[in-house]
Formats: sequence, structure tokens, C-alpha cells
Amino acid sequence: MKEEIGILEGRQSQVFEKKSGGTEQQDISCEKTSLSGSVSQRACVFCGSRVVLYPVADALHLVHGPIGCAAYTWDIRGAVSSGPELHRLSFSTDLREMDVIYGGEKKLYHSLIELIEKYEPKAAFIYSTCIIGLIGDDIDAVCKKVSKETGIPVLPVHSEGFKGTKKDGYKAACTSLMKLVGTGSTEGISPYSINILGEFNLAGEAWIIREYYEEMGIEVVSTMTGDGRVDAVRRAHGATLNVVQCSGSMTTLAKEMEEKYGIPYMRVSYFGIEDMSKSLYDVAKHFDDRPDIMEAAKKIVSREVAKLYPELQKFKKVLAGKKAAIYVGGAFKTFSLIKALRSIGMSVVLAGSQTGNKDDYERLREMCDEGTIIVDDSNPVELSKFVLEKEADLLIGGVKERPIAYKLGIGFCDHNHERKIPLAGFIGMYNFAKEVYQSVMSPVWQFAPRKGGKI
Amino acid sequence: MLLRHTPKEVIAREGLTINPAKTCQPIGAMYAALGIHGCLPHSHGSQGCCSYHRSTLTRHYKEPVMAATSSFTEGASVFGGQANLLAAIETIFSVYEPDIIAVHSTCLSETIGDDLQQITKKAKDDGKIPEGKYVIYASTPSFVGSHVTGYANMVTGIAEQFAQSTGEKKDQINIIAGWMEPSDMREIKKLAKEFGVKIVLFPDTSDVLDAPQTGKHEFYPKGGTTIEELKSIGDSTASLALGCISAEPAAIALEKKCKVPFETVDMPIGLSATDRFIMSFSQATGVQVPDEITAERGRLVDVMTDMEQYFYGKKVALFGDPDQLIPLTEFLLDLNMKPIHIVSGTPGQRFEKRMKEVLERIPEANFKNGLNADMFLLHQWMKNEPVDLLIGNTYGKYIARDENVPFLRFGFPILDRIGHSYFPNIGYSGSLRLVEKILSAFMDRQDREALEEKFELVM
Repeated sequence: MKEEIGILEGRQSQVFEKKSGGTEQQDISCEKTSLSGSVSQRACVFCGSRVVLYPVADALHLVHGPIGCAAYTWDIRGAVSSGPELHRLSFSTDLREMDVIYGGEKKLYHSLIELIEKYEPKAAFIYSTCIIGLIGDDIDAVCKKVSKETGIPVLPVHSEGFKGTKKDGYKAACTSLMKLVGTGSTEGISPYSINILGEFNLAGEAWIIREYYEEMGIEVVSTMTGDGRVDAVRRAHGATLNVVQCSGSMTTLAKEMEEKYGIPYMRVSYFGIEDMSKSLYDVAKHFDDRPDIMEAAKKIVSREVAKLYPELQKFKKVLAGKKAAIYVGGAFKTFSLIKALRSIGMSVVLAGSQTGNKDDYERLREMCDEGTIIVDDSNPVELSKFVLEKEADLLIGGVKERPIAYKLGIGFCDHNHERKIPLAGFIGMYNFAKEVYQSVMSPVWQFAPRKGGKI
Repeated sequence: MLLRHTPKEVIAREGLTINPAKTCQPIGAMYAALGIHGCLPHSHGSQGCCSYHRSTLTRHYKEPVMAATSSFTEGASVFGGQANLLAAIETIFSVYEPDIIAVHSTCLSETIGDDLQQITKKAKDDGKIPEGKYVIYASTPSFVGSHVTGYANMVTGIAEQFAQSTGEKKDQINIIAGWMEPSDMREIKKLAKEFGVKIVLFPDTSDVLDAPQTGKHEFYPKGGTTIEELKSIGDSTASLALGCISAEPAAIALEKKCKVPFETVDMPIGLSATDRFIMSFSQATGVQVPDEITAERGRLVDVMTDMEQYFYGKKVALFGDPDQLIPLTEFLLDLNMKPIHIVSGTPGQRFEKRMKEVLERIPEANFKNGLNADMFLLHQWMKNEPVDLLIGNTYGKYIARDENVPFLRFGFPILDRIGHSYFPNIGYSGSLRLVEKILSAFMDRQDREALEEKFELVM
């Protein structure tokens, strides 16, 4: 492997290092499809739709295509449910050669009828995979027919893998959700009510957030889609505000709801003390005719921070001066992570995402320290190179990044599907700090060379 | 009760698969290609396929898994993926510098009709493949067969595209590994060493997917069958294919191309299958079975004897891949247990034929493979006739929990335990480990659930 190269030709514009001055700063290029032949860490359109809709627990999720797409997405995301768990099963039309030749509509129809009869779901999402786009199955027509015969909403999700990036999958998912929104009764919904969008209840995080808002006296009409329920989505248009986390996945829906139902939305983040507090205050400000809501928000923040602050100081003492590299799916998360890491004394030497846009990277540039590498759609060679060059002590990423960090002999924190403990909310900040501490300071690092063999 | 909806009554289904006992071809091709030294697997399709396969393999091995993708776009899907693959080959050789790129197709590229042979030939003609480097390929449409088929296709591609006959035989035999763990491949090499004979084992993922901690991320870890070795397989005196589904096709291709005679044996899981493997190995090499191996066998039989009272009549349900299920079922019978429900999502008549033979003693046993042979069906069977043990990959844990049945993790993928890639599951020592695990599953349950007066110290 060429030591110096490491960056793919044609990718130089997707990587830059923040330097002083700034006038000669190049624009980062992003929102491009990956170069053919790269070992990209990205996934596809289907993956985007699947992760967004997956947590709707009382809906049927049928993957229309060959078996793989259903097999690889079977219960791999710890999006927990407080009730039904239909989402954790794997349903596929398992298309075979003959279906590819003669079409899979019949198989889809029969599968749907059998499943709806057996499981009595509240709604069904039908995911279209790569070859459905090619063989020309009219899944819209099948869905319509089945919906008519069974009386439940049967929603096509146009998520053919090759039709863009994961982001396009988010959009396709939002389009399907939008068909459900507005079909339920809004009777009895308080004027002080919200939908929590872009929160997927990994390790029960949505429950933590929901509790804060409810303590403030706000009614949570729906969470989309963490611990999601079809009926809640159907009446989501009765809420007076949409609170959007993970903006990459859910802003489309928020915008459409604003357009159609006049519901305003705001972007929030539940990671780190600063952003968590802000997301309570911002919502309270929105309901400014009810000062008691702001009072309650303040009470929650001061109570939680009082508990949390001394604990964080303990971690900070040990972690101060350590360096972190961040490579996650959405750029919005990196903003919060940078702040959260700073609050425990750590600096960020690499910040990157799979799907950030120009504005995201501009904001990253503003936030980051000099010398920080900012990167779009990276790959393992680049990541290893930068982690070693910048002497990072921690990598924050997802399933494919974890073993790379470990092989390099540095700590790791999963901020993706495989988090095992909630990282959102005030308690989440404590968990995050603890996880970072435990990994960075683990005694295991003394037993083998680390950081490329330098230590 | 996650599977609370599973009804006892089995009704015919039209097409629908619930909780599959298989996945698609490309991941098998990717796994096989990782068993060649200096090889970068390449997925010719959408980005998601490559990402899913890498993630699944990473979850199974807790190791970095490197592979590239053609990153199909809408344009590629309309105009064909040739331009993408040609660009990919150029990029990969200039940046990632592998010795070999092993391209496999996907449902997408197969449906649009990309011809990998023609495209790789074009790459060669256009000078995109540097001197001394290789691009090999395998056609692996996801809508045919299963992950096992994909593995077999890539191993066949490896054999076909590397083997050369120089006309001079080499004093070595080929061992064509069916889909097994790095630990199993390591065990095969250990056995060959004890025999004192030279083998070429391919593919070989040991020292690739069980790499030690070094402080470095090795893009191409030290393991894997080398190009030199692969070129020489055409001159070997014989091939032993371990598994009729995942290994035999490569042996047939090699016989066709280089006239290397072959024998197919079951994957050496359990006593009888290992006996057959050892005998075939001894015959193919003309070397007598070393004492150390005989002693190892003796230890296995000794434990089977010591513990025979605990195995008798225990009913077992199992699911997974044909090449493992056939010898494993046989082993359970050798242990005097009763395998009564067996499911494999991988289609093909060989499985049915062999299972019928193996299960001759238990005519009431249920087994099914291919269409609708999924874990939903297995669960239904278990509801109708309960078992004492469930054996299969991690996804069996839902059934095991709902039915409160001891559960032995075996197969692919295992996402929630370690060990499978470090301790062998084959040979006499691997079989001994299986015995230990089965016993522990029974005894842990007994200790956990026994009434106090029945709670025993000595077992």
C-alpha cells in the first residue's frame, strides 16, 4: 500500500484539513456517488429506507426481492419496542430466477395476503429492492389491490438500491410515512404537543427524551419512528410542532408536514449536555404563552446537570488532552459529538460523515480546531491513515469501523446501530463519557503494540 | 415472546419466506475470496450489497473486512455496468494495490446482463491489469441458490482461473475447503502436518479473519492461499473436496481443466465423517494415519463413552447449510441422539438424497430444504414435536428463548458469541468441542432448573 497516497484519485476534493487564515480554503465536495472501486463505508437507498421505517413495531415490513436484502437487515438495529415486535421478524418474497423472468407481482400479492391474515398488522411497508426496478413489477398496483382487500394501509417504499445514496432512501421512507400521516383522528390532542422525529429508540433513547418532554407538560403525539405505532403516525398531523433529530433522515417529512398541515419544525440534538438542554429550551420557547413549560425545562436541566456534572469531571480529569476521530453516517451528529467530547476534555482531530451536505461541512469547518481533518464518504485506508497521523486515541463510528480502531490499538465507541446503552439525554451523556473512558483507558492496550506499532 | 405469532398448524405458503435459513450468493463469494492472499473482493452491484456483506462478516468475525464495490447508479443500471467495473479495476490497482481482484456479480448486474468474463477480458486487453496481477470472477446471482452457492461459485472460479498444468506432477494434494471457519482451516493444516504431507488448502481464511492484535490495520493480512500455490493445484496428484455442495464443483472444474482426480467427502464434522476424511486423506497421500491422530480419535470416543447416558434419546432440531448439516446429523446419531427437525434454506437435491441416507434410522424425522424451508417452519415443527436441543446460527436464539430450549450456536452467522473462528468445529478435536458444548447446554439447564432436592453435585 502506498503510504503517502491513501486518498483515492478523484477524492481529493472530498477531504480537507482546516488551516489558519481560511481565505484559500477549498470547498469540500460532497453529495456525490462513491467512486467505482472504492472501499466505501456507505450503504444504499434500501438501507436508508429500512433503517428509518424499521422501528414501526406494529407494521409489517416485507422486503420484495432476493433473500439477501431481508436477511442482512433482520433485527440488526436495537430499535426497541414497548409493545408489539413484528418489526423484528424477517419477511421476504425470496425472488428466484423464474420470478425475475416472469415478474414477482403474484408472489408479492400472495405473500402479502398470507402475512396480513397471519399477523394482522396495522399497516404494511413493501420495500422495493434493486431488481424490482429492473423487472418492472408494479408494486404500487399490488399494494393498492391488497389494501382494498384487507382494509389496512399497504404502502410501497421505492427503495431500489442503485437509485442514489442512503439519503434518497430516507426520502422514500418519508414519502411512505407521509401517506399515513393525516389519516387518523386528531381529537383530544393538546395544543401543546409535538412529534419527535428522527429518533429511533436505540437502546430505549426515545423513552428518555419522551419523558423529559412529558415532564415539561407537553404531549408527545408520535415518535417517528422509535417505538413507533401506525396509529400514532396517522394522527401525527394533530401535533403543533415537529422536533427533528437526525435531520438527514426526517427533514423531508417535517417540511412536507409544514407545507400540508402548517406544522412548524425545529432541528434538535439529544447528544451532550449543551445540545440536550437546548432541545428542551427551544421547544419551551416555542410554547412561550405557557411560562410553566420553560420553568419545567429549567428544572429538568438544572436537576440533571447537577447530577451529571460532578460525574463528568471525574472522566474529564483522566481524558483531558486525548484526541478523538469521528466518522458517522450523518453530519449533524458530528456537531453534537464535538461539543460532547469537548465537555470531557477531548479534542477532535478528524470529523467525517457518509452523507453530509455543503452546509454541514461548512459548519463543521467553523466548529473544528485548526488541523482537524474533515472528510466526506471516507474509506478504511484514509481513516487508518488519518487516525495514525493525527494520533487519535478514540474512533467513533459504526460496525465496520470498530475492528479497524481496535486493530490500530485505539479506543472505540459505537454511535450507530450497535450502541448497547442509551447515548441520548443527560443520562446518555454520562453513558457516553463512561464508554469513552472505559475504552480509551482500557488495560488491554498495554499488551500489544499500538497506533501503527509506534507505541 | 418475540415469535408469539408462530402458529402450530403448518399451512402451505405461496412463495413467502419468514425468518430465512439462508442468505444470498455474493456474501459467500466475498468470504471465499478473502481466503486468497493479497486478494480484494469486489462486489459488482449497488453499494449496499458490499456494505451489508462487510458488516455481516465483521459481526461474525469481529475483524475488519475489506471489499470494494462498483457503486452502481441509475445510469449504470440502464447502460450496463461495464464502465463502472473497468473504472473500478483501475482505481483498485492504483490505490489499494492488491495482487488479485476477485469480482462477483449481484442480482442487479446479472439482471442487466453484465458479462464478467467479457468485461475482465476487456480490462486485460485495455492494459488495465498490471503485469503479474490478476482479476478473477464468479457469477453469483442472488436469485439463484444461496450464500453457499456463491461460495462454491467463487471457489470454482479460483480453481478454474488459476490452475495450470505444467505436465509435471507435484508431490502434493489439494484440499478444497467447503464453507468452514478459519479455525477449521487451521485444523486441516495441522492434521496435514501430522501426516507429514504437503497440501494446498484453498480457500484459507486463517490468519485473515482471525488476525492477531499488532497495532496495525493490515489491509491484506498474512494468511490466505498464495498465487503460487493456486497455480500449482493443476499439478497436484489429487483433490479432496470437503462438502458436496460448497467444495465439489471446484474439484470437478479442476478435474476437467487439469485432469486432477478428486474425491468428495463430507465435511469432517463428528466421528464418522472425520474417520472417512482421515481414511481418504491417508489413501490419497499413501501415508498411514499417524499415532497422534489415532490417539485424538481415541480421546473423542472415550468422552462419548463416559457421557453416553446423557445423550440417549435427546431430540434435536437443527438448521443451517447442507455441508454442515449432513455430517452433524450423522454425529448426533452416533451420539445416540435423535435429530428430528432439520431445515436448510439452500436448495438442491443432493441434500435431500444424503439426508435420507443419514436419517435411515429415524424415518419420522422432518427435513426440508429450499423454498419455504425457513426458521418459521422449523419453529412450527418444534411446536408439534418439542426438542431438547436446538442447533443453528444466532437467529435461533428467538426460538430457543420462546420455547425454552437449550441452544448450541453453530453455523453462519454467529453474531452474539465468539469462539467459532478460534476453536475448530471439525476433526476429532472439533468434534470433542461439540460434545462438550452439547453436554454443557444440557447440564447448565439441569443445574438452572432442577428442584433443590434433585440438584446434583456430581454429573
